[in-house]
Amino acid sequence: MTYKMRALMGACAVSALAVPVGAETLTIATVNNGDMIRMQKLASDFTTKNPDIQLEWVTLEENILRQRVTTDIATKGGQYDVVTVGNYEVPIWARQNWLRPLDALPADYDTDDLLPAVRAALSVDGKLYAAPFYGESAMVMYRTDLAEKAGVTLGDSPTWAQVLDAAEKMTDRDAGISGICLRGKAGWGENMALLTAMANSYGASWFDAEWKPQFDQPEWKEAATDYVNAITRFGPPGASSNGFNENLALFQQGKCGIWIDATVAASFVTDPGESTVADKVGFAQFPNKEGVDNHGNWLWSWNLGIPASTDAPEAAEKFVAWATSKDYTNLVATEEGWRAAPPGTRTSLYENADYKAEAPFADMTLMSMNAATPDKPSVKDTPYTGGQFVAIPEFQAIGTAVGQQFSAAAAGQVSPDQALTQAQALATREMAKAGYPK
Amino acid sequence: MARKVSTTRKAVMTALAWGIAIVIFFPILWTILTSFKTEADAIASPPRFLDFDWTLQSYAEVQSRSNYFSHFLNSVIIALGSTAVGLLVAIPAAWSMAFQPARRTRDVLMWMLSTKMMPAVGVLIPIYILFQRFGLLDSRVGVLVVLMLINLPIIVWMLYTYFREIPAEILEAARMDGARLWDEIRHVLAPMAVPGIASTALLNVILAWNEAFWTLNLTTANAAPLTTFIAGYSSPEGLFYAKLSAASTMAIAPILILGWFSQKQLVRGLTFGAVK
Amino acid sequence: MATQHQRSLARLMVAPSVILLFAWMIVPLAMTLWFSFQRYNLLDPTQTGFAGFINYTYFLGDPGFWTALWNTLLLVGGVLAVTVAGGIALALLIDQPIWGQGVVRILVIAPFLVMPTVSALVWKNMLMNPTNGLFAYAAQSLGFQPIDFLAEIPLLSIIIIVAWQWLPFATLILLTSLQSLDSEQMEAAEMDGASAWSRFRFLILPHLNRAITVVILIETIFLLNVFAEILVTTNGGPGYESTNLTYLVYSLALLQFDVGGASAGGIVAVILANIVALFLMRGIGKALD
Repeated sequence: MTYKMRALMGACAVSALAVPVGAETLTIATVNNGDMIRMQKLASDFTTKNPDIQLEWVTLEENILRQRVTTDIATKGGQYDVVTVGNYEVPIWARQNWLRPLDALPADYDTDDLLPAVRAALSVDGKLYAAPFYGESAMVMYRTDLAEKAGVTLGDSPTWAQVLDAAEKMTDRDAGISGICLRGKAGWGENMALLTAMANSYGASWFDAEWKPQFDQPEWKEAATDYVNAITRFGPPGASSNGFNENLALFQQGKCGIWIDATVAASFVTDPGESTVADKVGFAQFPNKEGVDNHGNWLWSWNLGIPASTDAPEAAEKFVAWATSKDYTNLVATEEGWRAAPPGTRTSLYENADYKAEAPFADMTLMSMNAATPDKPSVKDTPYTGGQFVAIPEFQAIGTAVGQQFSAAAAGQVSPDQALTQAQALATREMAKAGYPK
Repeated sequence: MARKVSTTRKAVMTALAWGIAIVIFFPILWTILTSFKTEADAIASPPRFLDFDWTLQSYAEVQSRSNYFSHFLNSVIIALGSTAVGLLVAIPAAWSMAFQPARRTRDVLMWMLSTKMMPAVGVLIPIYILFQRFGLLDSRVGVLVVLMLINLPIIVWMLYTYFREIPAEILEAARMDGARLWDEIRHVLAPMAVPGIASTALLNVILAWNEAFWTLNLTTANAAPLTTFIAGYSSPEGLFYAKLSAASTMAIAPILILGWFSQKQLVRGLTFGAVK
Repeated sequence: MATQHQRSLARLMVAPSVILLFAWMIVPLAMTLWFSFQRYNLLDPTQTGFAGFINYTYFLGDPGFWTALWNTLLLVGGVLAVTVAGGIALALLIDQPIWGQGVVRILVIAPFLVMPTVSALVWKNMLMNPTNGLFAYAAQSLGFQPIDFLAEIPLLSIIIIVAWQWLPFATLILLTSLQSLDSEQMEAAEMDGASAWSRFRFLILPHLNRAITVVILIETIFLLNVFAEILVTTNGGPGYESTNLTYLVYSLALLQFDVGGASAGGIVAVILANIVALFLMRGIGKALD
């Protein structure tokens, strides 16, 4: 080895060790959504304030993230110090003691500012187990120009009959416009999120008080039939493999009349940089069936939680507090404008005049989020909590299996009745195996 | 083949072969092209082939989001390491099977291959728990060993088929001449065995580089190779074709280039020596 | 010839491979077998204890089981058919005197070098997508309604993707084999007035026999475990239309985190794979001697 080489390698070794003594490294698992990637970019703010903490990012696609994090947390693998989890997992994991309660949040964190529905969804026995990074409900987004052309008005709170009628009138196959875009891709967080919310708003529920699946009930039949009808008659080609992202692209390209999906979509469809229809979008509350007092109860949030198996709990909590604080929201606003602020977690954001001026969808988002009642998903009595999902560990699997049946129905391969019969059989089987009623 | 053929026939065959080759290569070409587009151009209709504004912005974006070099380095270490260890274990085995075949040699070989049929997904959780107990999660050594094990049957089998082609008489002759063991290995065996070993190594590097189940599930950050890097680019929201293409190009380019430069060895490697 | 000493040396040389592989087989297998008789769900630590054959009856009684079994066979068979037939045709073509044979070979090799997850993502998003995909554009500009590949013909789409990845492998093996064909024999046959077909049928095909066997053996081993391509593209659907056994086990293991059920599924899959292996090895063992 020449002297030069040795010097070079020495330099490398030194630079590799040029970390403050006693530094802790946090491994953070996140989903590859735009808001999370932005957080990663802005994280230098955190590391400057906390020079003794280093951050290591693991950014994964949602399904892989869930698979990795669940395996690790359930086997107490201890690979992550901060994990991105949905509000579906938080209460389930908290009850297993897999997550650490966030009881050392700084005084200025202002927990009372969190939206009540979100806070309730992340708390078990009054203790907060994860901090919301951004949250969403679901609402109707529609093209005001097409609605006018078709001579329909939707108002603030349309019924399903109105929505389906409008979808029919807006459909214009020659112009490549589908009246309604709905999720059709199988998955508990894809088509079943929409369909479960839709069923809720038709007065249906997943299980009765004895945990018996309810797919054989008339409310489900009505909801499923309308869903399949809408998607096959007024939906885009290939609707059965469309999820959030595919529908977003379609709507942005002006190919959808109505799109019912998560409220976060609003900021994308009204972004002139990405959307060709940015100035022609109207918003309305998630529809309900006439006479049913339920607007789907869709509530989702991506949250930061700390696995019980972490070896750096204090540093992790510092990070969680930073990323979900009011200061972080202000940081995003200064760096990238108010539109980019993570929505759906704090009341103060919706009282901020700057935000409301830039986000025409702010009021409808807040209204939808506040209307969600996760502790009472359906007008019927249910043994479970949730909304567009059922908060039991088995739901991922049952929801996905059932979702496959409805996806097949949306593709026109089976009838809605066949899909319902299959769904009932599948759910009954899985619930029996899991030992319900418990 | 030494037959004379008319130029017309040759031209037609050439056109046909090139046409099919381009169709086969097209998905990769399209990915590479898309990686140089803006997100808007990537989904433009009608699609744009060459007449778009060439930009490196997707590469810049990917680079700013993830540490490509560290993933790349892990891929290299894991692929080369598992191959090296695999060869170390397999060469003696294949050697003795080829030159000292026992009654059960064929059965042992077939059994080895059959271990590859176990569905990895079914045993992930037991293995994950084992790894956690032994502190092997997110360690390069852990992944390296697993990849070595899953590819070992293929390595043994390939080497065996190569070694079998080496006439045993040569060994005998060298021994008669009083050559010492080391000389025997150096001057007689190595020249005949090295090409086969090189081909085997090459194929194994490719298989290890592209393995996406164990590498994804047993690593987190420190040992995460390019398969994990890719897993962050299939996005659930917003446009992502150009970024996905850039990340894909970055993940496959090293192995593509390696494969092309060592095409001869690769072809021999793929043919398992058994085909003549 | 072999002395006692040489024989024990030979054993010693084989031992590390055998011991390592045996451990790699037996440890997970034993754990899987044990778990398959347990109530064990990662997400629900309250489920514990001996389960008897419940996990097995549930797996075998899964509404998707028979479909998955059938799909597994279709997938393996379909890809084998496409790659062997396509490989022979392509090898024959490239073996002709053509200009730029080297470059053609480079282009044809490429798909084999691409990570399966990457190729599945590329096919799904950029080629087969019914709205933004290139195939949809091609169909529309020819005046057809675009096919929604992954919803209308899911299994066939996956066969296409997987066959694309494995075609280079088959082609190259068959090509190498073709190039070792005795050209004098071919010329003699041509002189005798044998038609192109009969030359192919009675000279080329028998010569390729061994190469085809290798292709089938190696591909089958990998194809029985196809999983990443399904996960990325169709998630096994719509319904169970593109679910194979490996994917069914995956959904138990990593969606439901039902370790007991997945273990039972794993054992069933191992048994079935070994039945296939037995047939395969019989046929192939003979062809390779």
